[in-house]
Parts: sequence; C-alpha cells; structure tokens
Amino acid sequence: MLLIELPVANKMIEDVISNDQECCGFFFGYENAISRTITHAMVVDNSSSRDKKTYFEISIEDYMNAERFAEAEDLRLLGVYHSHPNHPAIPSECDLEMALPGFSYIIISVIDRKYTKIKSWQLNQHLQFEEEEIEFKDEIEFILPSLN
Amino acid sequence: MATVIIPTPLRKFVNNSARIDVTAFSISDIVNQLAVSYPELKKHLVDTSGRIAPFINIFVDNQDIRNLNCEQTEVLEDAVVCIIPAIAGGSKR
Repeated sequence: MLLIELPVANKMIEDVISNDQECCGFFFGYENAISRTITHAMVVDNSSSRDKKTYFEISIEDYMNAERFAEAEDLRLLGVYHSHPNHPAIPSECDLEMALPGFSYIIISVIDRKYTKIKSWQLNQHLQFEEEEIEFKDEIEFILPSLN
Repeated sequence: MATVIIPTPLRKFVNNSARIDVTAFSISDIVNQLAVSYPELKKHLVDTSGRIAPFINIFVDNQDIRNLNCEQTEVLEDAVVCIIPAIAGGSKR
C-alpha cells in the first residue's frame, strides 16, 4: 500500500495540470513490510527529445540529485510519478519497458488539464505491473486543484 | 578499491547496499564481478548477450563511459563508479 501525505499529493497534481506535456518527478519517504509512505516530492523537467505530450524522460543529473536528496534527508527514493495527458492512469508498453523493480510508479491521468485519476503501479516478480492501493494520509478533505 | 554506487531500485538485489567496494581494472571487470556475486542484479544490469543493458548508464568519476572507452574503460583504484538507470516512459504505447 502507498500512503501519500496530502500536501505531497497536491504538489504532484499541481505539477501535472500545469501544462499539456507529460510532467514528471520523484517521490521520497519511508517504507516497512506492508506500506510505503510518501512524505516528499521533487518536480523535475521532462527532458525527452521526443514529443513531450506523449513521452517523458528524466535527465541523469536530475536522477543523481534525487539520490543525493534522499541520502541527505535520510529518506528513501521510492519512485517516479508522471502524467498521462488525455490518457488513463494505466501504464503503457513504453512505461513497462523502462520500469525498474523496487520503484513505485505513480501515473496521474489529466484530461484537458484537469486531474482525473491517480494510480500507482509496481513490477511483480514476473516483471509485470500490478496496481498498488493508494491512501491519502491526512483525514482532512482532499481538495483537488483545478485551473479556472 | 573502486567504489560502485548502486541506485536505490537495484539495492534490494545487493543486500540493500548503497555502495560496494570492488577490486577491478575496467568497467567490464566490475560488471562481471557484480553479475557473479549478485545473480538477481545481473538481470537488470546486462542484456541477454552479456553487454551492459541499454537502459543502464555507467559513470566513472562523473564521466559517462560512452564518452570514454565504454565497457573497456579503465577504473583506477580510488574511482567512484555510478550505476544510473534511465528513467523514461510515456502514454503513447
């Protein structure tokens, strides 16, 4: 199970509705045998040389920064989030091809720059994606940001 | 000894170690040693022909081995070798 602190969920969602391209970043926190808790997110640039509306890539420099941040803050780099503009929050063949075991992959579906769905996926032992249950850690109402 | 820095998602295959010290003369040596010592890591480090997987980047003292001598890049005794996975994807396929 993935527990996401509310401000962190909002940070990721605010990022992915900010433009029409695939947006991406890392998230951090801690884990035990049954759950992972996300306490921080890091927004990074989509550095893909392909069409950024349908592809994303994170630079080596940004990856190294994420590892350094985790080490400095005594957190664990838990995974990567990215958006699927005008597509469902379901991993594509391309997502599967590039996925690593041990990471959680959050996909946020955005339709016409409006948040619609957040899902998380992890590779199983057969290197296929399985959906992870998500819960938001705060009890207060989850207010989705929207562009007016 | 050279120090190899293991990326977080692959640490579960190396007893959760972030750094591994190895005695090696080239990147090829290091990859072979890691593959023998950690068979589960091997699947994610090299392709079926035994070459470094295309989605894995390796840096020696902050230089991409693709700009050096690739797998034959020399590794000095106090070198720091970083294994960096490519992070990418997309909604298209």
